[in-house]
Amino acid sequence: MTIIQFLIVSSALFSFGLYGVITRKNAVLVLASVELMLAAVNINLVTFDVYLRDANHAGQIFSLFIIALAAAEVGIGIAIILMIYRNRQSANVDEFDSMRG
Amino acid sequence: MTVTFSDFIRESANWAFLAIAVPTLFAGWRTVTSNNIVRAVLYLVISLAGSAALFFMLGAEFVGWTVVLVYIGAVIILFLIGIMITRAPLGRDSELSQPRSVRAPAALLSTAMFGLITWAMVDAFGSDSIGEFEPTSTSDLSGLIFDRFVIPFEVVSFVLLAALIGGIALARKDEEEDQG
Repeated sequence: MTIIQFLIVSSALFSFGLYGVITRKNAVLVLASVELMLAAVNINLVTFDVYLRDANHAGQIFSLFIIALAAAEVGIGIAIILMIYRNRQSANVDEFDSMRG
Repeated sequence: MTVTFSDFIRESANWAFLAIAVPTLFAGWRTVTSNNIVRAVLYLVISLAGSAALFFMLGAEFVGWTVVLVYIGAVIILFLIGIMITRAPLGRDSELSQPRSVRAPAALLSTAMFGLITWAMVDAFGSDSIGEFEPTSTSDLSGLIFDRFVIPFEVVSFVLLAALIGGIALARKDEEEDQG
């Protein structure tokens, strides 16, 4: 197995996530696209951890921290979306424009 | 340690890799393009399961099972709850994505991003082989977490506690609002 095959999958997933963050209207799907980007980053970290034969396994442990933080992020994100939905009856990011000058 | 394309095709592990990577990428693509919001989230499940399978291929078993438990088990449920609670249209809905005038530049930007990252990676690592490797043992990993990385670990548990309390504080209804 080459290292580049994992890195290409990771960069493709990251680009899909970027595309989704820009083009999705529903706030829940924007969060889902962010998760896709985080999964791509995790693949990268684990690949390099194995490739570099790191005795401290820093890449794998860092990806575990990313997973924990991503779970916290989704919990807070959904709570915020729920809060906005209660106030504005919409989960469409285009309508969250009260800060527009 | 360079590998040519014919070597790549000859190695049986790479067929397993392709069998995992192609559905992962397809599901990732459908996650960001599907017109059905529930299907988009369920495609995200396939994509994350594919990433867990790649972790197993790399011998990172503990990370792989953590992805299965945390992402597929918990985060997806949160997404589905978020969809139901915001009463998103459950059937086909062409309004889930921005119009074509936004999608075209976004596609251009993400393609450029993919090209840039891939070019940098190929330039740096070419066709280097990962070589032979042992699966990472979970006891090694847990020993490191509770020894060398114990302070970041404690910080993460405080972050999760803060997220828990913050989530409750944000999502609960104000009592005064109920009375009024």
